[in-house]
Amino acid sequence: MKSPVKRLAKFKFRLYVAGDGQNGALAINHLTTLCREYLPNRHEIEIVDVYRDPKRAMEDGVLMTPTLMKLSPAPVRRIVGALSQERTVLQTLGLSARHP
Amino acid sequence: MKSSAFSDRAPIARTSTGIAGLDEMTNGGLPAGRTTLLVGGPGSGKTILALQYLVHGARKCKEPGIFVCFEESPQRIAANAAGFGWHLEQLQPKKLFILDAQPPPDLIQAGNFDLGGMLAVLDAKIDQMKAKRIVFDAVDIILDLLPDAAAKRREMYRLHAWLLQREITGLITLKAASHDARSSGDGPLDFVQFLVDCVVILNQAVALGVSQRNLRVQKYRGSAYHENESPFLIGKDGFDVAVSRTLISHGAKVSRERVSSGVNRLDTMLGGGYYRSSSILITGFPGTAKTTLSGAFAEAACKRGERTLFVSFDSDANEITRNLASVGILLERYVKSGCLRVISARTITGSAETYLVRIKSLAKEHAARCLVIDPVSALSQSGNEMTAHSVAERLIDWSKADRTTLVCTSLIDELLSASDGGSPLHISTLADTWIHLNYLVQAGERNRSLSIIKSRGSAHSNQVRELILTNEGVTLADTYTAGGDVLMGTLRWEKESAERREAEMTYISGKHKTMLITAEEAEIAVRIKSLQVELEAKQAEKAMLSRSSAREAGEVSQGRTRMRELRGADIADRPKRQRFKVSMP
Repeated sequence: MKSPVKRLAKFKFRLYVAGDGQNGALAINHLTTLCREYLPNRHEIEIVDVYRDPKRAMEDGVLMTPTLMKLSPAPVRRIVGALSQERTVLQTLGLSARHP
Repeated sequence: MKSSAFSDRAPIARTSTGIAGLDEMTNGGLPAGRTTLLVGGPGSGKTILALQYLVHGARKCKEPGIFVCFEESPQRIAANAAGFGWHLEQLQPKKLFILDAQPPPDLIQAGNFDLGGMLAVLDAKIDQMKAKRIVFDAVDIILDLLPDAAAKRREMYRLHAWLLQREITGLITLKAASHDARSSGDGPLDFVQFLVDCVVILNQAVALGVSQRNLRVQKYRGSAYHENESPFLIGKDGFDVAVSRTLISHGAKVSRERVSSGVNRLDTMLGGGYYRSSSILITGFPGTAKTTLSGAFAEAACKRGERTLFVSFDSDANEITRNLASVGILLERYVKSGCLRVISARTITGSAETYLVRIKSLAKEHAARCLVIDPVSALSQSGNEMTAHSVAERLIDWSKADRTTLVCTSLIDELLSASDGGSPLHISTLADTWIHLNYLVQAGERNRSLSIIKSRGSAHSNQVRELILTNEGVTLADTYTAGGDVLMGTLRWEKESAERREAEMTYISGKHKTMLITAEEAEIAVRIKSLQVELEAKQAEKAMLSRSSAREAGEVSQGRTRMRELRGADIADRPKRQRFKVSMP
């Protein structure tokens, strides 16, 4: 298990949520589940509350919440929504093919 | 809006839109601190109105604003605004902030989302700018990304609740298919109309190929408003909504000053000329010298040094000056001095509204005190029949309010009304003075006649006059009435000279008769003389005759006496006869 971890890059995520709204909570749930399953030990999640930190949201152009940003590996991808459609999320992150 | 009856006690604070017509329809603007919905079809001008609202707020009302665009990039919006001369760059970012909220084209969506992020960002921005106005342009774009109607509804409620809580004046624009913009159908976003406090509907209809834009306030909670559709135009300064007549003409000053019509005798007929800031309608068939008469007015105005605008829908500006110069109306020098501006506005396309706005802005630009529109009936062409009337009405109202003296000519179709028919626009009722020009066909001639059908507020001649165009100018001649017929032109001249001849004949024959009578008189006098002579002769004869008979009688009595003496007869009966003689006297 050690070699693939070294070979595969670490996933950095930034998840924007709006307070403790339902969509945000759902998204956090979905993301952590997904990471545990597909990216064990090679993920990093930063959660930003837009109400606390609107400046960052503005800088990132995040207007719809929740928004997930995959910062690395390149390219940067963003997914809007509660991440309830796992297939779409995995596809976007480029994970589905290698981990069916 | 002090003039309006219901705004005095209106409790609702309003925010001016900077669009005079819309402010008037809503008695001062959009409800402050509340939300207004702007619905319109594609190209109906939603974005422009919304942006104008913000620009006006930032410039004139000290109300900074935020523009949230879902459909266009901020760069494009700024470029479009530059076309109206709004110079957003001067306002940005302190007084006006444009938030780019376009969903990225490569947006990947997985599940439900909300607008919380946007509202958080806006919260921060509003606090920073102290914004008072906010526009969400084409909010339907982002709502369309939501999976179901319930989610759309939820987000709309969220937005509305947020606006209310922030106490910011919100303007939300929504698309509507142009055909159902007039009535609230059952589209997925129609509930918004019930949510908000004010709904403004923009409508664009095409009648006979001519675009007509209309604006209507559908709803205004807690206030009265003008409910009718009002035409509007997107001009070079942005929105221009037609204002209803009652308010603008309210309290317009009435002038007693007279201005010359340019024809001396016409001034006399009118009792001194047209009234200042009145509207004059000159109707007539083609070629009855309508343009000439209005040209004379323009020349007279320029002579007084009043700036004048001459709008011609018929001919080119140079043609007009040339044609009028042929009848002694010299406009060229005034055009050169800048006092007169001749505009050629051929009737190609464009709604009547477009023309009105153009005329208004041209007049404003030129600071015109006198305005000629030749002919105003051009407004009713090319599919504008429906609106032209109200446009003409507003033209008159506007000129009154603006204290501009307006001379309109109106073509009367010969087929349409052979008699003294009204103008097709029915502005004849609105115009203060109505002069009708006509042709009189007699003895192979067409002669122009002029009559004043009405002239409000002044005594005017009831006579039909003949209008004569000469190299030196325009004059009026008395028409010749003979046996109930009005004679003009050559017939008038013939009749006049015939009368002159007749009078001469009468004079001569009179003289002749006098002479004859004098002769007779003389003859009679001569006859009297000869008769007198005869009489004297007769008298003399008579005297002689009586004398000789007396002598004879004397001689007889002498003879008797002598005889008596001779006979020695007695004189017994003589005393008797003597006594008788004594008692006779």
